[in-house]
Amino acid sequence: MDLLDFARGPALQVAIYVFIAGSLWRILGVLLLQRKPDHSEARQSGGFRGALKVIWSRSFTAPAFAKQTKYPKILGYILHIGLFITVFFFVPHIVFIKGLFGIGWPGLPNNAIYFVGVVTVAVGIALLIRRMTHPVLRLISNFDDYFSWLVTMLPLITGLIMPIRFGVRYETLLAIHILSVALLLIWLPFSKLAHTYFVFISRGTTGALLERRGART
Amino acid sequence: MKTIPTLGEILQAQGVSRRGFMKYCAATASLLALPPAMVPRIAQALEQARRPSVIWLSFQECTGCTESLTRSSSPTLEGLIFDSISLDYHHTLQAASGDAAEAARHAAMQENMGKYLVLVDGSIPMANPGYSTIAGISNYDMLMETVEGAAAVVAIGSCAAFGGIPGANPNPTGAVSVSDLVKDKAVVNVPGCPPIPMVITAVLAQFLTFGQLPDLDVHGRPVAFFGQTIHDRCYRRPFYEQGKFAETFDDEGARKGWCLYKLGCKGPITYNACATVKWNAGTSFPIESGHPCLGCSEPGFWDKGGFYNPISTADIGSGAGLAGAAVAGVALGAAAATLSRKRQQKTIKEG
Repeated sequence: MDLLDFARGPALQVAIYVFIAGSLWRILGVLLLQRKPDHSEARQSGGFRGALKVIWSRSFTAPAFAKQTKYPKILGYILHIGLFITVFFFVPHIVFIKGLFGIGWPGLPNNAIYFVGVVTVAVGIALLIRRMTHPVLRLISNFDDYFSWLVTMLPLITGLIMPIRFGVRYETLLAIHILSVALLLIWLPFSKLAHTYFVFISRGTTGALLERRGART
Repeated sequence: MKTIPTLGEILQAQGVSRRGFMKYCAATASLLALPPAMVPRIAQALEQARRPSVIWLSFQECTGCTESLTRSSSPTLEGLIFDSISLDYHHTLQAASGDAAEAARHAAMQENMGKYLVLVDGSIPMANPGYSTIAGISNYDMLMETVEGAAAVVAIGSCAAFGGIPGANPNPTGAVSVSDLVKDKAVVNVPGCPPIPMVITAVLAQFLTFGQLPDLDVHGRPVAFFGQTIHDRCYRRPFYEQGKFAETFDDEGARKGWCLYKLGCKGPITYNACATVKWNAGTSFPIESGHPCLGCSEPGFWDKGGFYNPISTADIGSGAGLAGAAVAGVALGAAAATLSRKRQQKTIKEG
């Protein structure tokens, strides 16, 4: 078994198992927690509506903070949209997903993906520099933040190297790229990257609570 | 005393023009990535070369490699040059059989000790010597006896180079490659199922010209021919970059000659010269005929998933495995929540 066979086979298999088990563990572990009893009378009904509202409204900064959060907010959006495009609109990725779930969709030309990928990596580096230089952000950052950044960037960087190669064989780079994805899948449920799904759970919980209390969201 | 004719004399006798011969030398130099200044040297060396003795051993194989070589749209110049080596032993091509054939092999070995070339096609069964024998001699014994006095060994085709289809899972005969067994001689792998005839003759031409074997890659293949992937040199590559793919073998994309990646093309991970040297006297190569590359010059290509599975698909195991992971996750989540609830209740009780 060569490196590519290992990456595409056992490594990815174990990573997906860990991802599924880890994600369910984390999500259920939180959802099944005992809630604090709320004895107050509900001011408004429709907790679900409130949850959806906050999930959407928290995607935008409150006007009072708009100016001071403009830079990280814009970069954050570019990073996330860039990641979404490179992951879900690169044809080999779509082929991979189709192989797993049987559904596919049209992709973008490779050069468009390479462009988006380069922009995403550049934005990622800018955000890392900000994290390392911003006095407050630096204080509240820990290993999880830096390692999560690395684990997110590795698949992007290894993917972007593939068309250039730098003298390394294609199958070796492909194997490294897949292994970097495997690392991401394993790390995601147990780190701050779990915000991939917790972002909606936490916003929804907050929204439902605030709705009950009649708060303006 | 009988004088052995040079290759130049043989080719002249067969009506090959000087121009045709020089064209072959230029093509060989180009294929071997040698500068144009080397063409006269190749020509001179080939013209003056004495017929080298070649012993061709066929083990667990399908004769496709020999077919490839002998059907190289005769009469090509490389075919004639190949005719012009002293092929002293070859099951399929030689007239002699039985003891006479084995006597020819021994005679060639004794007369050319240390100078002859051994070309091997087919893998060697190690599970049981009786699985494949020639004149009652096991493949292993014949190989080891023959390579002992050889100048170099060339493994022709993917079976000899990497085990090929006999070595594919579950490998019932315990098939191994030539380089798995021959450790003290230079072994050049010329894989392919079958290999490109021009590549075989060019390796021989380089040996005749420079007295040495070509530079090899990590899999023992000549870098000159196996240095780039099919994908790198594929004429359909622009369609890959544009995101234009054939989805089926008879859709519009297939008719327009778009990239065959989604149909399982292994071009990106296959190193060979098909896209440049091509087949049938430079007519075409499989992708040009609308079929994805199978990756036949790569080790273990039979066992690298389905031929029609795209290379970016992965084997993530059975649905049962995924379900098992999900059940484990639910159990862990429930257990974690239960523990947390107990801790919460304890905290509440303790005030």
